[in-house]
Formats: sequence, C-alpha cells, structure tokens
Amino acid sequence: MTTDTTITEPATARSGAVLSFEDLQVTFGTEFGDVRAVKGISLQVHPGEVVALVGESGSGKSVTSMTALGLLPKNARVSGTVRVGDKDLSRLDARGLRTLRGNDVAMVFQEPMTALNPVLTIGDQLTEALQLHGIAYGKQASARAAELLAMVGIPEPERRLKQYPHELSGGQRQRVVIAMAISCDPKVIIADEPTTALDVTVQADILDLLRSLKDKLDTGILLITHNMGVVADMADRVAVMLKGDLVEEGTTEQVLNDPQHEYTKRLLAAVPHLGNGPGQFGSVAEVSAPARQEAPALDLQNLVIEYQRLGRPAFRAVDDVSFSVAQGEIVGLVGESGSGKSTIGKVALGLMPAVSGSVSILGHDLAKQGGRRLKELRRRIGVVFQDPAASLNPRFPIGDVIAEPMVVHKVGDEKARRERVYELLDAVELPRSAFNRYPHELSGGQRQRVSIARALVLDPELLVADEPTSALDVSVQASVLKMFTALQERYQFACLFVSHDLAVIDTLAHRVVVLQNGRIVEQGPREEVLRKPSEEYTRRLIAAAPVPEPGEQRRRREERHALLKELGEEVAELHVDAATPPSRAVPGAQGGNASRAGGVLGG
Amino acid sequence: MSEIRNTSPRGEDFEPVPAQAGVDAIGMAAGVDQTPLPEEDRSYSQGQLVLRRFLRHRGAMTSLVVLAVIVVVAFTSIGIGPIPGWWNKNYILTYPKIGDGSPTWAHPFGQDTIGKDYFALVMRGTQRSLIIAFGVGVISTVIGTVIGALAGFYRGWVESVLMRLTDLFIVIPLLVLAAVLGKIASGWGVWGLTLMLGLVTWTGLARLVRGEVLSLRERDFVTAARAVGTSANRIIFKHVLPNAVGVIIVAATLAIASAILLETSLSFLGFGVQAPDTSLGTLISTYQNAFTTRPWLFWWPGVLILAIALCVNFLGDGLRDAFDPRQNRTKA
Repeated sequence: MTTDTTITEPATARSGAVLSFEDLQVTFGTEFGDVRAVKGISLQVHPGEVVALVGESGSGKSVTSMTALGLLPKNARVSGTVRVGDKDLSRLDARGLRTLRGNDVAMVFQEPMTALNPVLTIGDQLTEALQLHGIAYGKQASARAAELLAMVGIPEPERRLKQYPHELSGGQRQRVVIAMAISCDPKVIIADEPTTALDVTVQADILDLLRSLKDKLDTGILLITHNMGVVADMADRVAVMLKGDLVEEGTTEQVLNDPQHEYTKRLLAAVPHLGNGPGQFGSVAEVSAPARQEAPALDLQNLVIEYQRLGRPAFRAVDDVSFSVAQGEIVGLVGESGSGKSTIGKVALGLMPAVSGSVSILGHDLAKQGGRRLKELRRRIGVVFQDPAASLNPRFPIGDVIAEPMVVHKVGDEKARRERVYELLDAVELPRSAFNRYPHELSGGQRQRVSIARALVLDPELLVADEPTSALDVSVQASVLKMFTALQERYQFACLFVSHDLAVIDTLAHRVVVLQNGRIVEQGPREEVLRKPSEEYTRRLIAAAPVPEPGEQRRRREERHALLKELGEEVAELHVDAATPPSRAVPGAQGGNASRAGGVLGG
Repeated sequence: MSEIRNTSPRGEDFEPVPAQAGVDAIGMAAGVDQTPLPEEDRSYSQGQLVLRRFLRHRGAMTSLVVLAVIVVVAFTSIGIGPIPGWWNKNYILTYPKIGDGSPTWAHPFGQDTIGKDYFALVMRGTQRSLIIAFGVGVISTVIGTVIGALAGFYRGWVESVLMRLTDLFIVIPLLVLAAVLGKIASGWGVWGLTLMLGLVTWTGLARLVRGEVLSLRERDFVTAARAVGTSANRIIFKHVLPNAVGVIIVAATLAIASAILLETSLSFLGFGVQAPDTSLGTLISTYQNAFTTRPWLFWWPGVLILAIALCVNFLGDGLRDAFDPRQNRTKA
C-alpha cells in the first residue's frame, strides 16, 4: 500500500498537508448578535499523522472540523482558507463538495447509533457510499463492503451485511462507521469524539484500530476529543483550542509533558489520573473509611431486578447483588454500559421495585415502607443525576429549585428556606445572586452545583450520585469533584457514587464495587481493587483506561496488549491483508472506476 | 457536535463571554467555575424569552393588531347586552331602504333584503362568533390538557380508559356530533353551543399533551422530584405542565381558529346560532342566494371570517416560533 502511494501520488502532495486550515474564522449570526466560534486558526494535518484538536465544549473544535466537510448550518459565515489535499473548499460548489465528502474527507461520528440509519442494513449503508462515489456497483460493492468489515475486524462480515445497526454492539457499530469512513479511501478522516460514547474497553479497541489504520493506509486523522488520555494514546501532534483560538500546538510529548500555555497546564492538572488516588485536586489528603457501628446507610442483599419485556421473558438487569454503604462512606459503583449500575441507583432511590432481595436504607426495609413513611425516608436521601441540563426544571429559578425538597417536605418557612438556600449556594461555591437566575442562564458545571445543592438541602444521610460528572468538561469535573469531596468531609453523608470512569472513582471512593452484566465481579477497599485487582475483568478495565501521559500510556498500552495476549485475545487492528485496498493510482472518480473495480475483483 | 448545537438562537447554550475573557478569565483554578453569571442584572425566565421572541415576530404582531381592532370594533360599535355602543343603529330593526341597499354613508356595510342595517348585523355576528371561538378554545384546552396530562403521567389503565375515550370522540365525524349536540343545546343560546362545541373538540389537544407529558415524565428533573417524595399532583402541575405550556398554548390558538370555522360551518348548515340571533356563518347561510345580486351581503361576513381565522393562525405560528425557535431560523 505504502509503495503504491509513493509511486502514484505527486511528490508535492505526498509531502504536503492533506488538510489545512489557514486563518479560519467562523461566525454565527444568532438572535443575540454575532458569535465568533472560531477566531482565525491555522492548522495542518499530514498524511499518516494524527492531529488531536483538544478543547472543552464551546471551544470551537467541532465547528472547525465541520468546515472541512462544508457542513455548517446556514447562519455560519466562514472566512479564511480550508484545503483538502489541493482543493480549496471555498471554490467548490455544492456538487464539488459532495464529491469531496467521502472521497477526500470522511467523518467518524461520536455516537455510532445515530450516525447509522436504523432502517437500512449495514450492507446498504456501506454500498451506498461506494456506489455514490462510483467505486463499485452491485455485487462488487457488496463484496467490497464485506472486505471493509473484515478489515475493521468484524467477524462474519457477509452475515453482518444483512443485519441492522441495532443488532450490533456499540463497539461494532463504531467499527462499521470507521469502515464507511475508509470505504472511499479518503486522504483524511475527521474523528469527532470517536470513543466518547463507548465503554472504556471498547474505546481501547477502537483506538487501536484507528492507530493501525493511519499506519497502514497512511491516512491523516484529525481527532477531536476532550479526553487527554485518548490524546496521549493516539495523537502525534496536539492543538489546544480555547474559545475559538488556538492557544498551543506541538507534539504530543511536548504539549502533555511540558505544557507552555497557562490554559493547557490547567487543563492537564484537571484530568483525574488513575493511580494517583484521592487528593489529586488538592482536596483531601487521605480519606479514612469511617468505622461506625450503626445501621448501614444503604444495604442491598441478594438484589434481583428485572425489566419486563412485551412478549419475551423479562430482562434480568441486576442479578444477586449484595453490598452495603456504611454511614459516612463513599462507595464507587463501577461498570460499563449495561452493567446495571444505574438500575441499582434507581432501586436504592425507591423509584423501581426489586424482583427479589432486599433494599434497606438506614435500617428500614424500603419494600415495607408505604405512603408517609416512604416519604419520610426519602427525606433522608439525596440524588444527583448525570445531565445537569435535564435534571433541573427549566421553569424554576435556582432558588426554587434548591428549596423544592423543603417545600415538598414542608420544612421551615419562606425565610428559613431562603437562608438555607443561601447557605448551600455558598457551600457549592455559587454566588448568592444565582438565587433568581434560571437554569438556562448557568453553565453546565454551575448547573451541576445547583443539582448537588438541591440534593444536600435536607441534610441527607445517603446521597445517590449517578454519573454526576460525566456530562461535564474536564476542568469543571475537577472543580465539582473537589467540591464534592469537601462537602462530604463536612456533612459526612454516605454516598453511592455510580460512574464508568475509574479515574474519577479513584479520586474519592472509600470502597469500590465492580459490576459486569448485572453481577458483582469484585468489591473491596479502593486501594485493593484499583491497585491489586484480583479479577480478570477488573484488570481489563483498569488496563483499558487511558492516562494523560504519552510515555506512561504507551507502557500501559503495551501492558494491555500483553494482558490481552495472555487472555488469548487479539489486539484490534486493521486487517489490510484481508482485502486488497483500493488503489489510489488514478486520481479523479470517473477515470478511477474501472481500475478500482478491477482491484476489487482481484481481491 | 456539541458546538454545532451551540448555535441555537436561544442563546442559552452560549456561555456569555465577559469582556476580559482572556486567559485569566478561564479561572478553573481554585474550584471556581469558569463562567461568571451573566453581567446584566435582568434575569430572563423562559417565559420572558418567549415573550421577547413573540413580540419580535412581525406576522404575529400585525395579526394581533388586526384582531384587536376587530374585537374592539365588534364589541363597542353595537354594545354588549344592555350597554349601548357608539353605532346608532341596531341589528334587529329594519330601516327605510336606500337604493338597492348597497353600502352608503348611513349604512356603510349596506342593508339586507328587508332593510336591516348590515353593519350592525355583521358586528353582532362577529361578537357571537368570537365568543364561541374563544369559549370553545378555553373549554377544549382545559379538558384536553387535563385528560392528556392524566393519561400521560399515570399510564396504565388510566391511560387506556382516557385514550380510548378520546378515540371514541375522534371516530365519530366531528360535524355530525357537533350538529346533534348543537341542536340540543340551541335552546340555551350561544353559551350552550359554546359548551357543546368545547366538549367535542378537545381530542387533538389531549393527544398532543399526552405525548408531551410522556416525554417530560422521563426527564431527570421529574425523576429527581419523585426521588424527593413529591406528590403526583405537585409533579403534574408544578413540574410537568409548565414545561408543556408551549405545546398547549400553540394548540389552543389553533383550536380557536378551527372553532371559528366549525361554528361557521354549523351555522351555515343551520345547526348553529339560531335566528333572531346571528353569527358570521348564519349571515352567509341566510344570504347565500344574494351572492350575485347583492355581493356585499356575502363579502362582509366572509372577509371577517377569513380575517379572524388568519389572524389567529398567524398568532399560533408566532407563538410556535417563539416557543421553539429551532424550527425555523434564517437570520444569517
């Protein structure tokens, strides 16, 4: 493949960038005036290189990448030059742009379920791209599609072609999206948060696949991410964006190990580092598990939870789970998606019934409480949800949001409630002026603080936190985690902390419970579970979590590959030998048809 | 992709960037969130944002003015009940015919076949039609909202019963049902008719509200409220319905427009407002044969029906745009 490329492509194109932005500016016209999303950035992606565009939400990184596809909404104004290969995007008409998309630039989206059309088979969607760009038709296209699936490591590709997206797992779907992206052999692939929606073990596989893809196909990759661990794992160069500006650019080692810009330093300091334990954000030195002899705050015994399904046997989401949360203790509940961790949280809140087993809260069996006593018990439980935007009633001002539990439980009068709300606004480090603001006026992190304040307003003895920081930017996450641990020290509530992120759990939990497919794999003190895991699954999870330090990450990656080999599994990579890659020999789609089709037949 | 979403004109996803937003203002150190609160003192609730967008909607504002003029003229000209208006003729008495009854200064809308003042008649008809339309709008909105909210929130057998009831109303042709009920209620005058029409036109709204409530009840803030121990009543009326108000208002507005047309159709068919009282539909029905000889007898009520229905529809469109600006936005 490599020789192929060097022979056929002009030397200038070989050495030049496959994607370049020069002084790119994007402005959106909105009801509230113009908003400058990208303020004049310049960036190049070379063949076989991964450039990571890093930034928090609103930094303009996705907007930048969308300009490379010409896919911005109508109210956007773009200035500056965007080049893909030797094509200037501003000179292309709609038809030219269509040819460009897929052929020269391809996109890997964040959420594979929504990136694939649910009513078309995998085969239809893969062949569509091939046929639209005139690469292969009919049976040849199907054969090529099967090859592509084999390349990205999907077993039984011929059978998969006839399946629909919902029949595949998340990781396999993302592989299909990657297969679509490479189907027309693009010069550059834009991967917009390609692993954010995936579980950590699947993420590691997809990253392995992308890495081998750039090595074997010599494709340039523009990787958009907020995850510094992913950057450390994948990128050759890093560009850091802040509010539409490029504040720092350099090799991954330079930027991650020796950041120059103030913002990059802060950003890196805010990333929770698996293995560093608590106190990473300067909050608590070492948390000591309190040894109280009272009834545990939450006690689950042989819990079984099932979801009823129409016309099929019930789905057992949680199977024979027993653990307890002592008073004043934070227990981290870790697992991948579908492990039943959120379901356990819901049952602990009394929002779902258990099929069998018992749930006791503060010594009271939840199933035996009814009406007023249940309400009385709920007064002692607080809850924080994942999405701060969804968990606050948009019609309530902040003061009312926080005071709502007091109103429901008829605690205090108007004045006392107001005082308590002010007290909590101080505790979660929000200005008192937020009292009369509405949720939509706050940022994500501020909303999550409000959510935490609401959970604490009645001095709960147990707090159930369901992925409370997963929807937040990393710097915001750091400050929320820090505040959270400080509040826990102060109020001494017990907490069931549900998360998929081991690094986050590592910063605050006293004990860790690891779930897989509704069963407990391992539980014990944090030190033991996260440092000396005894179960294979835990070891896999820990091995797959990327850390934001390139050298260490490389070592961890090799360790992980060794672990996979030890377990008799293969490392995800692009199987180029499984198929003859399409040749880049003939530039231009029309002329290329015959030879490409020939190449397919030959394979 | 989140950045793309940020371009929403709501502006709510945009963190306002303070003037000094340099590197120093990032301020994620010391646990302080980066974004300071908006600097202006005014705090806009969602309702205020909606109102702001609505007031800027040119079509809706024009319609509002036109509708207001129609309402004011209709009610002040001939007065309501015992209160006299500024127009010196009424809709019952006959006056000496001037010429063939075409519009003159004494009778700006002309006279009908027996010499009644057509301006007074049309104004009376407009009054009646407006009362019926808005009355029906209010009644059907209340019934539809309650049924939809209960069905959507409680699910289970409550939903089954209420929605099958809704289906029952939907499968009977609306015009037939309204005609029969209207005939029964005609003895109670215009209010009886209003009530009956309200009782048969709530179905669409109930379905809309149910759909909205179904999605709202799964939102985290409702779950949070339930976890705290909030009662179902409070959840429905404080948390769910206020968030469905956009859908409800828009649907109610459009229900008013369709109520005007329904009343017109009924009266035209002779099942609606009965003589000696009149409505715009009744007027058209009475004088349908005069269309070729005395066209003004047709055009005045016809144009008014059109104007009212159009205005209300435009208002509905304006409200929908104000509540959901993502639907159409072209301000580039």
